[in-house]
Amino acid sequence: MNLAAYDTGPFYDELIRQDGQARPGAAPLLERVTSLPEGELVRRQQAAERDLLNLGITFTVYGDEAGTERIFPFDILPRIVGAADWAIIEDGLKQRIQALNLFIDDIYHAQRILKDGVVPEELILSARNFLQPCVGLNPPQGIWCHISGIDLVRDGDGQLYVLEDNLRCPSGVSYVLENRQVLKRTFPQVFEVSQVRPVDDYPSRLLDMLQSLAPAGVPNPTVVVLTPGIYNSAYFEHAFLAQKMGVELVEGRDLAVVDNLLMMRTTKGFQRVDVIYRRIDDDFLDPLTFRPDSYLGVPGLMQVYKAGRVALANAPGTGVADDKAVYAYVPQMIDYYLGEDMVLPNVPTYVCWEDKQRRYVLEHLDELVVKAVNESGGYGMLIGPHASAAERKTFAEAIEADPRNYIAQPTLSLSRAPVIVDGALEGRHVDLRPYILYGAGRPYVLPGGLTRVALQKGSLVVNSSQGGGSKDTWVLARD
Amino acid sequence: MLSRAAESIYWLHRYIERAENVARFIDVNLHLMLDLSPDSPEQWQPLVNITDDRHDFAKRYGTATKENVFTFLTHDTANPNSILSCLQAARDNARSMREIISSDMWEHVNKFYLMVRRAARQAQDTPHDFFTDVKNASYLFVGITDATMSHGEGWHFGRLGRLIERADKTSRILDVKYFLLLPQASDVGSPVDDIQWAAVLKSASALEMYRQRFGRITPVSVADFLLLDREFPRAMHYCLVEAETSLHLISGTPMGSFRDEAEQRLGRLRSELDYAAIQEIIGVGLHEFLDRFQFKLNQVDDEISNTFFAMRPVSGQRRGGV
Repeated sequence: MNLAAYDTGPFYDELIRQDGQARPGAAPLLERVTSLPEGELVRRQQAAERDLLNLGITFTVYGDEAGTERIFPFDILPRIVGAADWAIIEDGLKQRIQALNLFIDDIYHAQRILKDGVVPEELILSARNFLQPCVGLNPPQGIWCHISGIDLVRDGDGQLYVLEDNLRCPSGVSYVLENRQVLKRTFPQVFEVSQVRPVDDYPSRLLDMLQSLAPAGVPNPTVVVLTPGIYNSAYFEHAFLAQKMGVELVEGRDLAVVDNLLMMRTTKGFQRVDVIYRRIDDDFLDPLTFRPDSYLGVPGLMQVYKAGRVALANAPGTGVADDKAVYAYVPQMIDYYLGEDMVLPNVPTYVCWEDKQRRYVLEHLDELVVKAVNESGGYGMLIGPHASAAERKTFAEAIEADPRNYIAQPTLSLSRAPVIVDGALEGRHVDLRPYILYGAGRPYVLPGGLTRVALQKGSLVVNSSQGGGSKDTWVLARD
Repeated sequence: MLSRAAESIYWLHRYIERAENVARFIDVNLHLMLDLSPDSPEQWQPLVNITDDRHDFAKRYGTATKENVFTFLTHDTANPNSILSCLQAARDNARSMREIISSDMWEHVNKFYLMVRRAARQAQDTPHDFFTDVKNASYLFVGITDATMSHGEGWHFGRLGRLIERADKTSRILDVKYFLLLPQASDVGSPVDDIQWAAVLKSASALEMYRQRFGRITPVSVADFLLLDREFPRAMHYCLVEAETSLHLISGTPMGSFRDEAEQRLGRLRSELDYAAIQEIIGVGLHEFLDRFQFKLNQVDDEISNTFFAMRPVSGQRRGGV
């Protein structure tokens, strides 16, 4: 495999500098890759894909034939994050998650930040994910977002930005752990010399964190993972995490409220559940409180939760803070609650709800990326420079009709990393989703994360539902 | 364990056992056809009868030609008992409780399913290879389960499912073949076709073990062996004895007593075989006996489901355990 033919183009490349030299931490990997005999890298890539299929590490594609499973496309070349970059990421994420948590707690209690006019009141109270039934809730330890995934991107000049906060049920961490298993088999020698920080203890840390939320006085709390079922796109991950933690994977129909306690149906009768890591949305949790047509949840769950007899991770209501319009105000939150400067900056964001900003957005649609505030998975998005005039017109009308529902950001020149295409290396755009656990004590950031790759040439959309793939992410212990 | 998980593991084992049995008796029949004289009619209809799907088959296929039966039993996804359907169902069950079974078990079931999905359509070209692969994958599944899963509640639910399925299939093989070869009770003792009876034994992988016990092949001894042997693992009696052991280890009820209807019905059926003699059974009518056996075995299955798996309503809950 020849590196000389690799063209970084006008982009920041995560592994290779513009002059064709390896970035410091990437040298051992690239030496290894270039010394492999012709075809060997492709052979290893195919072996890795076969492993993933045999292991059933797949996700379900919606809108395809019912129940179609695919392996999550995977590139065996890892993305490498140096220790200095990681220190900034870790600090920035801890700061951000603490501020967001204080914000959620404030919003469902005194709403000081709204009364002080730091965040517009109407913007929050009109948020679709502001849940009235959550007002006054006191989740254990005062923590709402126990498990979050925050998407980061790097711009052309090398600066890292926070792109998006996922505070509801972020998925993907199982791929982080599985990708690592595959990579350890693929590049064992490189792995050793590169001093890659381990990620394998994530399930233990997750279990510890979940147990720390149990109601007081329960010596051996029973933790379960609540899944919508085998047809959910992230079912593999739900089963994976339950298995790695050694806890039951339950569906709503396995649970019931009995004598004001949450119980699961076992072969020996009802057994009490203390902590639920739920992977179903707020709306579906409890048909008596939220959507009455939900069959996925448990009638009466919220009553038990309010009485403090069962813990939910994440707490219901966190979605109010991962609204993309609310995202725009995170810098103000950090200042307001923590009195600190932001460590990891936001991407500059125009909130269409504000008249001046909306006018700017409508005049510059061909330069901006427009996003619907509650969509995820790469849906409801316009990439202005790549869009047709007709598509821009559709979005302009949608923004005029419902300005609260849209934000816009400048089109970043996302960084790239090399991937294997037809036996050669080509650059593709990437982002990075690290995972944060927040229970009793300080937040913990897993040293790694899901690097998502836009596998289509030139594409900026990295979501798995839109043809994105993933890479292992190596965080180095030392630069 | 969760009721739903217990049910899934029970059915995971039943479906894999079922696929193995279907593979075995198609394979044996293929070999048998090669040994029969060219003018004697091929016998494919009995295979459909063994899986108890003759109405569905007649409606969608008509005549029981080799091709039709082969398609119906290997890769017809509209037939819930085809090998491919069994593997699909087994995999769905395994997927729904991956946190309960070992990674090795899951990986094997997944690969088994992928193999069958790939190979079932081409099975007609090299049928023996395909059916051997299916049988071996099923044996391997049992071995992996034994070697990697704690022999606790979940494991016993799996074994229970496997043994009940096996007892049912052995009884059907015996029933269909006996009826075909000896339509009248008075035919017992007439000259027998050694090849045909050896095929019956092979359909239950029983030929060598039978030979060790009885030597010469006679229809009565074949029925005796497949029905009442206490040591051969595919004999109906053996299956029930072991199934009952698992059932009692699950509930903790001492052997010889019962606390729920599943234990009561299974114990009764097992003790019937404990004290049965083959001459008596044949005197009364083997077909009638096997028919009743299958009916009672279905009742056992229903009661296992009611006792352990049913999604009981919140009120009036404390049934079957606690």
